[in-house]
Amino acid sequence: MIEVKNVNKSFNGKHVLKDVSTIFEQGKVNMVIGQSGSGKTVLIKCIVGLFEPDEGSIFFNERNFIGLGFKEKKEIRKEIGMLFQGAALFDSFNVEENVMFPLNMFTEMSLSEKLDRVNFCLKRVNLENVNKLSPSELSGGMKKRVAIARAIAMNPRYLFCDEPNSGLDPKTSILIDNLISEITKEFNITTIVNTHDMNSVFEVGDNIAFIYKGLLWWQGTYLEIMDSDNTELNDFVYATELMKKIKKK
Amino acid sequence: MLKFFNELGVYFILLGKVFKKPDKTKVFWQQLVFEIDKIGLDSLGIVFIISIFMGGVVAIQTAFNIDSPWFPVYSVGFTVRQSVILEFSPTIVSLILAGKVGSHIASEIGTMRVTEQIDALDIMGVNSANYLILPKIVAAMIINPILVVISMFLGIFGGWLACYFTGLVMSAHYVYGVQLDFRGYDVFYALVKTIVFAFLITSASSYKGYYVEGGSLEVGKASTKAVVYSSILIILFNLILTQMLLS
Ligand SMILES: Nc1ncnc2c1ncn2[C@@H]1O[C@H](COP(=O)(O)OP(=O)(O)OP(=O)(O)O)[C@@H](O)[C@H]1O
Ligand SMILES: [Mg+2]
Repeated sequence: MIEVKNVNKSFNGKHVLKDVSTIFEQGKVNMVIGQSGSGKTVLIKCIVGLFEPDEGSIFFNERNFIGLGFKEKKEIRKEIGMLFQGAALFDSFNVEENVMFPLNMFTEMSLSEKLDRVNFCLKRVNLENVNKLSPSELSGGMKKRVAIARAIAMNPRYLFCDEPNSGLDPKTSILIDNLISEITKEFNITTIVNTHDMNSVFEVGDNIAFIYKGLLWWQGTYLEIMDSDNTELNDFVYATELMKKIKKK
Repeated sequence: MLKFFNELGVYFILLGKVFKKPDKTKVFWQQLVFEIDKIGLDSLGIVFIISIFMGGVVAIQTAFNIDSPWFPVYSVGFTVRQSVILEFSPTIVSLILAGKVGSHIASEIGTMRVTEQIDALDIMGVNSANYLILPKIVAAMIINPILVVISMFLGIFGGWLACYFTGLVMSAHYVYGVQLDFRGYDVFYALVKTIVFAFLITSASSYKGYYVEGGSLEVGKASTKAVVYSSILIILFNLILTQMLLS
């Protein structure tokens, strides 16, 4: 469980996150939705500590992350897996070395144990026989899957995904979404997914938080979003003609 | 001016993050060997060519300039040795490496920054500055002096080649001049300079790359700036160190 309390963040006087408070539950896919530029990425980066919030606290299972030293943060970070918008695979390493990297840095496992773990993770994301390929030889969807494999290599308790299906075709998107959802349930992870893809929200979202102009505007479950009468939320969710038609039915 | 001190401050903060004990010593050694190979062996070719020609040119110029009976012919060998050891090898080779290695480091680290690979390292709990930059700095401080020593031999040999093929100075006279009045301290001075330059090149270029913001255009700019900064630092510290060590 991750609890965000009164988080504020500004960049050069521009107030991006305004007093955001919410709870992300364990074993659930917690979705953060909102328009481009609304502050989703900034929120996620504040939670994982890539940005320091100006105010507020962030609790990882009751442990406040803010104000910890590098060493204590490191202990929590080992429990965090993150999937970046552009996958962020290390391009000087091949697929196997990418997934093995956290194991090399933080465990004392033997090479064969590490290889077993790597192959387990790659198999979990339905990738086999790609161990020796370099990231530049992979398609966008494969990169995302390798990145998921790397993110789960250390058995994380928390998984963050920033726009996991941007730039992917609808079929591959669903594949990635389902993968994230399955892994979340299977390993009882607290998962937070940033997206503006309503498809994913209806497909795998358990809890949904809607960010509007830096404020946490609305939150609820997947069922509640359908019947909400919040104007801004409806404008966002039913922005496309297709979604409007679905709503009418 | 304020901007300058701001940048200097950020640079020293970065160095503070770099000079920490590596997370995993074994991984550090692997990285170090890899960087020595990349920075050092990859630069052998260019060091080879530049040194030979540098020595040759110094020899020919000296031979023409001392075309007077008051100067003994062996002073060509002597002059080549002194200028190659004191100045040409350490400074010119470092400047060349600033261009080659500096731009490479800045673009490599800069690309990792804009593609969020550095964020990925930080999230895992890896000290990204230490992991990426320390091996590069240490590798250059080890391998550049070796390159410079090689360059010294090649430069003096280049001078000999030039004398031999132009017939300006006889081989024996050249060799006599090269051996005349040799001071080990000169080599020490040259190597101290080289090590300082190696540190400046790698740390300044890493700094430029590490703090890139934006996309590939900014990475390109950072890589150019890395070369400019490194070169200026080399010229500046050349003066400071020469003043400190030779006077
Ligand atoms: N490092 C930064 N420096 C200054 N401003 C920033 C920085 N990062 C984000 N911002 C600003 O914060 C606001 C929110 O950006 P953010 O990246 O969180 O949007 P987002 O909701 O993730 O959008 P998208 O869906 O397009 O990814 C934007 O107006 C952006 O300009
Ligand atoms: Mg974003």
